[in-house]
Amino acid sequence: MKRLGSEIVAALFCLIVFACAPVSRAQTDCLACHSDATLQDAQGHSVGVDGQKFNASVHGALGCNACHADITSYPHPDKVAPVECKTCHADQADQLKTSVHADGKDHPCTSCHGDAHQIFPKADSRSAVYPLNVPKTCGQCHSNNGMAGKHGLPSVYPNYIDSIHGFALSKEGLLVAANCQSCHGSHKILSRTDPRSSTFKANIPKTCGTCHAKIDDDYENGVHGKAIAAGKMAAPVCTDCHTAHAILQPTESAFRMQSTPICGNCHKDKFSTYRDTFHSQLGSLGGYVETARCWDCHGAHHVLPTADPDSPVNKANLVKTCGKCHAGANASFVQYQPHANARDRKLNPALYFVRLFMNLLLASVLTFFLIHTILWLIRQRYNQLRNRANGGQKNV
Amino acid sequence: MSDLVQSTPARVPTGAPKERYFRRFTREQRYLHAVLFSTFLGLAATGLPMRFSESFWARKFAAGVGGFGAILFFHKLCALVLTVAFLIHVKDIFTRGIINREKGIFWGPTSMVGNWKDVKDLFGHLRWFLGLGPKPQFERYAYWEKFDYWAVFWGMIVIGFSGYAMWFAPFFAHFLPGWALNAVLVIHSEEGLLAILFIFSIHFVNTHLRPDTFPMDMVVFTGVESEEEFKHKRPLEYERMVKSGKVLTRIGEKAPTWLVNFSRVVGTVAIVIGLTLLVLTLSAYFS
Repeated sequence: MKRLGSEIVAALFCLIVFACAPVSRAQTDCLACHSDATLQDAQGHSVGVDGQKFNASVHGALGCNACHADITSYPHPDKVAPVECKTCHADQADQLKTSVHADGKDHPCTSCHGDAHQIFPKADSRSAVYPLNVPKTCGQCHSNNGMAGKHGLPSVYPNYIDSIHGFALSKEGLLVAANCQSCHGSHKILSRTDPRSSTFKANIPKTCGTCHAKIDDDYENGVHGKAIAAGKMAAPVCTDCHTAHAILQPTESAFRMQSTPICGNCHKDKFSTYRDTFHSQLGSLGGYVETARCWDCHGAHHVLPTADPDSPVNKANLVKTCGKCHAGANASFVQYQPHANARDRKLNPALYFVRLFMNLLLASVLTFFLIHTILWLIRQRYNQLRNRANGGQKNV
Repeated sequence: MSDLVQSTPARVPTGAPKERYFRRFTREQRYLHAVLFSTFLGLAATGLPMRFSESFWARKFAAGVGGFGAILFFHKLCALVLTVAFLIHVKDIFTRGIINREKGIFWGPTSMVGNWKDVKDLFGHLRWFLGLGPKPQFERYAYWEKFDYWAVFWGMIVIGFSGYAMWFAPFFAHFLPGWALNAVLVIHSEEGLLAILFIFSIHFVNTHLRPDTFPMDMVVFTGVESEEEFKHKRPLEYERMVKSGKVLTRIGEKAPTWLVNFSRVVGTVAIVIGLTLLVLTLSAYFS
């Protein structure tokens, strides 16, 4: 509201200043020439203006020289100064100057707000920065082969537009669905490496929490949220699992397939023992989403240490947690160790010896019979060749 | 092998102009083997992608048969069919051996139970491999055939039990300790791996692919073998049959051409599938 207020004040200020200017010219004077849509300047740029559309725009009440201030008489010089939006929109211009878009070669304002003579308030559906139009506007550059590609930035538009956010926005027209500027801001967009940026790792939970308040609360009270708050940046934030733009549905197998190794990036030993289990063996084949992944047992956002009585993997809660999938799970059933290590004699002695016995059985049986069979083959082939040489039968 | 020919007993009364065929397996035994190898191939083909789910072919294969749910479904289906076949076999042995007191089921030359002669045959065979002694004379079931049988018998109990323990884990948890639920997967996958490696390499070569029988021993498909094969492979049984005068009771019909051809196709397919799975297993195991 504060920003909107300052915009109104600035606009009013401009109106008063230019309305009082002694050489103010009516739009009609300029449009006498410039209403010709084919009119071009010396460089070949179109200088035609659609008077009607301009009148309907947010700046429609302003005279031409409110912006083209250096034109005070007719005929005007061939070369005119570029329009400075900051004359009125000083706050936004200042913010833009510190942002990643500061060095844009094109006119920084019209790149996003569109045709200078047809700018509408952002609440107007005709505006290029109306929520439903924002992705398309940003996508002009942040898409395949766009300006972003030339700067080595990922093509985020296709990922976003196919995400649940993009879907809600483009298909359902949900104004509350997150668009680019919901997370990145508008004029003061900073690199995610800048600690002041809303997309800086430590700030992401708060950024997503603007809408996802309950999950943010859960997360902040979990081990990962506390770690991030304590400056331990290795802990995951929202985007580490959900990604920033593609945001896969957590119930979809694609998400379930890709996210277990993400936990494994830090929890290496747990991931390794998990991979020995049936849960993982089933799960890593894809198309079958029902096996337990990390968060099915440990929780996704409100992750707590095992010792915490609220943790789903606390001993007291195991029957309930395992029972989510295994109907009939009882106290004996939950003694199953989802992270047992058959290679660790101290930790899992029974399992260690079972594995040892099975491996010895496998190795001894196969070794013996391999030698047995190879010797047999050699002997039979030898006899066969000898018999043949003697003109005998095929069989030995 | 001149010594072998010389040791062969007097020939059965000749007179039959054509080659004679003798029954080795009953229809039920042949069907049992067919059910056994088809379900085993199914179990192996669906079990291996689970065991080596990280390998490059596992996901493709799982996707090919309709995702992971489908793989598990077929694995359980094959397991059920094999369990039924196993139970029928056990019931058959029980009826013949215990109820009907049929001779030769639990001991004697026709029994599957190992005896001292098998031990002697094993060492004798090894000596023959190395050229240190004569080739042993085998009875109805040679020692490696008995090993195959008991390996499968033990394997079915072990793999079956551990498989059902995983399938119905909450139920088995009533009488199994907690660590056993972890152990059953290790047992199931290692024993399964042993069975796969053994059948697809050792059994295939010993029984089908070795020079004597190459490319496959048809007797388990057709149930009959020629007199020459019978005498050559199991001279002691042949001798015993002749001596007891029962050899004619074993005379069978030569298998019809369609059955031989059909069996060749089925057998070849089974062997090709098995060898493919063997290669995939070894590639995954050593990568």
